[in-house]
Amino acid sequence: MNAANPEKLEIAGRVFESRLIFGTGGFRSLEVMREALAASGAELATVAMRRVDPSARGSVLDVLEAAGVDVLPNTAGCYTARDATLTARLAREALATNWIKLEVIGDERTLLPDGAELVTAARQLVDEGFVVLPYANDDPILARRLEDAGCAAVMPLGSPIGSGSGIRNPYNISIILDRASVPVILDAGIGTASDAAVAMELGCGGVLVASAISRAREPVTMARAIRLGVAAGRLAHEAGRIPRRLYAEASTSFEGIADLGPSSSADRPLRG
Amino acid sequence: MRLSLNGGPLEVPEGPTIRDVLAAAGMEDQRGLAVAVDGEVVPRSEWGHSTVTEGQQVEVLRAVQGGCP
Repeated sequence: MNAANPEKLEIAGRVFESRLIFGTGGFRSLEVMREALAASGAELATVAMRRVDPSARGSVLDVLEAAGVDVLPNTAGCYTARDATLTARLAREALATNWIKLEVIGDERTLLPDGAELVTAARQLVDEGFVVLPYANDDPILARRLEDAGCAAVMPLGSPIGSGSGIRNPYNISIILDRASVPVILDAGIGTASDAAVAMELGCGGVLVASAISRAREPVTMARAIRLGVAAGRLAHEAGRIPRRLYAEASTSFEGIADLGPSSSADRPLRG
Repeated sequence: MRLSLNGGPLEVPEGPTIRDVLAAAGMEDQRGLAVAVDGEVVPRSEWGHSTVTEGQQVEVLRAVQGGCP
């Protein structure tokens, strides 16, 4: 993907040391979030846009700024292209970034993306100069559509948001990876460190994790575990795994094996 | 005059600028705000002179914690 930095994630010309994008939702306090963020090693963290609550104490932006972590605003909670594009414009105004994690949800129960609205919103925002990172279904055709629309990455889900079910269709993720020429970031469904490792082993450029960290019994420890899972999975991807086989393949040759005398027929191995 | 601020009513003197509305709502000190009036973003550079009229809907948003919900 990137000849100059083969081992680094690059999105829209920006190089990241960490392949983990941190979702800030769901933490019981800003303090726990701050510690988990540090443990995750992430350099980019998502925030949502909501109505100002004058009584609210503390700001997620202050925590991110102090940690030196960049903000990736999202359009969480939007159900139409119109709402998502307006939210993206508001985020750009509020946060002085043209990066947007585009989410257009189809319904409340599944929180699955609405592909049609998503493509409409992506085209519009790319036209307006945004760097668009769309949260998508694990649909290879939709991923192509989003890339063709000019998105800087595609972010297919592993399984529904907050479900912690990992990657339900790794074959679709592999097809998306095989055909994409922009980074593929696995978004949603990660439940624990091994899920993140699987995503990276498949060849994903990165993963976005929110609930798996924020709702873990020990969020800070889980942030570290997922950081290591991402790193391990990436290394395994670069190392190249052995193919899956139905039968065994001996790692040691049988040549030169000692003749240790006749064995009784009961001890003889089965043939064929 | 009365306008709608984040879904609730707000009484302000006639012909307020966006800045006046934010001050009336006690929101002017917060960082990272964005304002939309009737669904259109009003850039920060226009807050000092762009005015709001009776009955308009003003939305004031800021960044909060939230990745996947």
